[in-house]
Amino acid sequence: MTMQIADSIPLSASDAKARAQAAAAQDNLRTEPRAVRITIIALAMIFLTIFVVLPLVVVFAQAFSRGVVAYLAALAEPEALAAIRLTLLVAAISVGLNLLFGLVAAWAIAKFDFPGKTFLITLIDLPFSVSPVISGLVFVLLFGAQGYFGSWLRDHDIQILFAVPGIALATTFVTFPFVARALIPLMQEQGTQEEEAAISLGASGLQTFFRVTLPNIKWGVLYGVLLCNARAMGEFGAVSVVSGHIRGETNTMPLLVEILYNEYQFVAAFAIASLLAMLALITLIVKTVLERHLDEGQEPSDH
Amino acid sequence: MTIEVRNLVKSFGSFKALDGVDLKVDSGELVALLGPSGSGKTTLLRIVAGLDWPDSGEVFINGEDALAQGARERHVGFVFQHYALFRHMTVFENVAFGLRVQPRTVRKDEAAIRARVKELLDLVQLDWLADRYPSQLSGGQRQRIALARALAIEPRILLLDEPFGALDAKVRKELRKWLRSLHHEIHVTSIFVTHDQEEALEVANRVVVMDKGRIEQIGSPDDVYASPATAFVHGFIGESIELPVEVEGGAVTLGGRPLRLTADGLAPGASKLFVRRHDMLVGPPGSGAFEGAVRHVRNFGPVQRAEVALSGGQTIEIDAPRDKELRAGDTIGLEPRRYRIFAG
Repeated sequence: MTMQIADSIPLSASDAKARAQAAAAQDNLRTEPRAVRITIIALAMIFLTIFVVLPLVVVFAQAFSRGVVAYLAALAEPEALAAIRLTLLVAAISVGLNLLFGLVAAWAIAKFDFPGKTFLITLIDLPFSVSPVISGLVFVLLFGAQGYFGSWLRDHDIQILFAVPGIALATTFVTFPFVARALIPLMQEQGTQEEEAAISLGASGLQTFFRVTLPNIKWGVLYGVLLCNARAMGEFGAVSVVSGHIRGETNTMPLLVEILYNEYQFVAAFAIASLLAMLALITLIVKTVLERHLDEGQEPSDH
Repeated sequence: MTIEVRNLVKSFGSFKALDGVDLKVDSGELVALLGPSGSGKTTLLRIVAGLDWPDSGEVFINGEDALAQGARERHVGFVFQHYALFRHMTVFENVAFGLRVQPRTVRKDEAAIRARVKELLDLVQLDWLADRYPSQLSGGQRQRIALARALAIEPRILLLDEPFGALDAKVRKELRKWLRSLHHEIHVTSIFVTHDQEEALEVANRVVVMDKGRIEQIGSPDDVYASPATAFVHGFIGESIELPVEVEGGAVTLGGRPLRLTADGLAPGASKLFVRRHDMLVGPPGSGAFEGAVRHVRNFGPVQRAEVALSGGQTIEIDAPRDKELRAGDTIGLEPRRYRIFAG
């Protein structure tokens, strides 16, 4: 494999002239006529504009359709503020829990061999493959008045459904895979040698985790947390089933957007939607930065 | 510090990595564990370090039961084949790691840690790399840093797992010499694992040859080369000609033809005859125990290597001095100057 690459590129590949030659040679390999190339690229651009850029523009256009004052007033509504607060709270809870679960699961899968490991890896993906509505229904079945724990919960006066705990649980379930998925391949690739080295140098388990393991996976952790957070704030289906839509109490931002829209309050609906859209844009930018760090962390192996 | 293991057994599923291993290493020795891959040498090393646990058997470091301790308490310096440097730390912090994670009661103050790290970087002659990251170093430099890091904790013993296995041939040779002189300087009891016989014979005071989870021979480099204890050792160390022979009443036959060789005291039956390539002396046809036709001759280094088809049908390779003129097509006689016959 290496030999073939070495053969096809001049040996003095480090010098700029040879590199230019190689680039020219590569250019010649593109046999498609110019017109075909332009058509394909144009098709892709048009598609992207209609399905991605245009909706984004429309969201902001609608939000500001009656001016900045109306936009800000819509966001300052008590109902809107309550939804924003609830969304932030739920996201904080589910990201925190999934950070913990994800780290533990990835650690167990990447660093140890145990029976049922493949099953566990498959199971981690379950929330991605199940429709969010069903994820929400599962919690209704478990904690609802007619559910398995329903009577016990009522006896002890604990409210889970149609309250913050239910929303947080459903969101945590739906967003569980993000941190674990980001970390498993990273930790598997890094192996256990650095940890072994740390322990043989006298480090305790906690010292090994905080001084060796965590610094090695920090970009992966941030990446997982970022995606987990974006999904937690944007989750609609599962939350809609368990929330009960109590205005000012159990409405998250996505739920409020739908309610306002159904009530023809377009400015208010799109004002909230614009916040979610901004979250998406920021997530995208941070994601790109993190991916660059993740790539840099990948040390080229030299053997 | 001494190391002793008694009757170690370790299996991975149905694969027996160690099958009853006994070994004693004296204080200040530099011992090589030599064997092909899968012979159990790395497993043995990892068990001594506390990174793996045996199914049964005992391990003593300086007379203390090491199996009662975790890797953390054993105070063993371990050097990995792929260095296992902490990639997010500078060279300086890598070497300082073992000093920084010590319990507060015994931890050195910052100035003492700095002085010690500086001393170790001087020892491995890489003090000018203190602020670099591992990814900015060459393989040989990384392995020297890994060694400095292992030595920082003043280990009772030093264990090296194929320390030069990932390096190219030239760097490997340099580091070999360097390791030997370093050991001369600091005299810590050391075991290193290798599959490279040249490395083992050149660096170690004593060589432990392993195969299939068992120790085949323990001896000085001279011993294992000059008087191999088993057929495996003869075949593994140095380049040998191996011929299947029959032993019957002190006489040796190859494919039914008697050879003018003696096998006094050997049990009758199928056996293996071993001759070092350079111990086959070339003479005129009919002059030696064997006769054959030269197929190819290749000249390199101080010898010429000839492929010879023996009259019995076997093909062997011999190393002859260059002043002996050999050409393809010649018929020659061959007489082994030294040989060994092993039963089996």
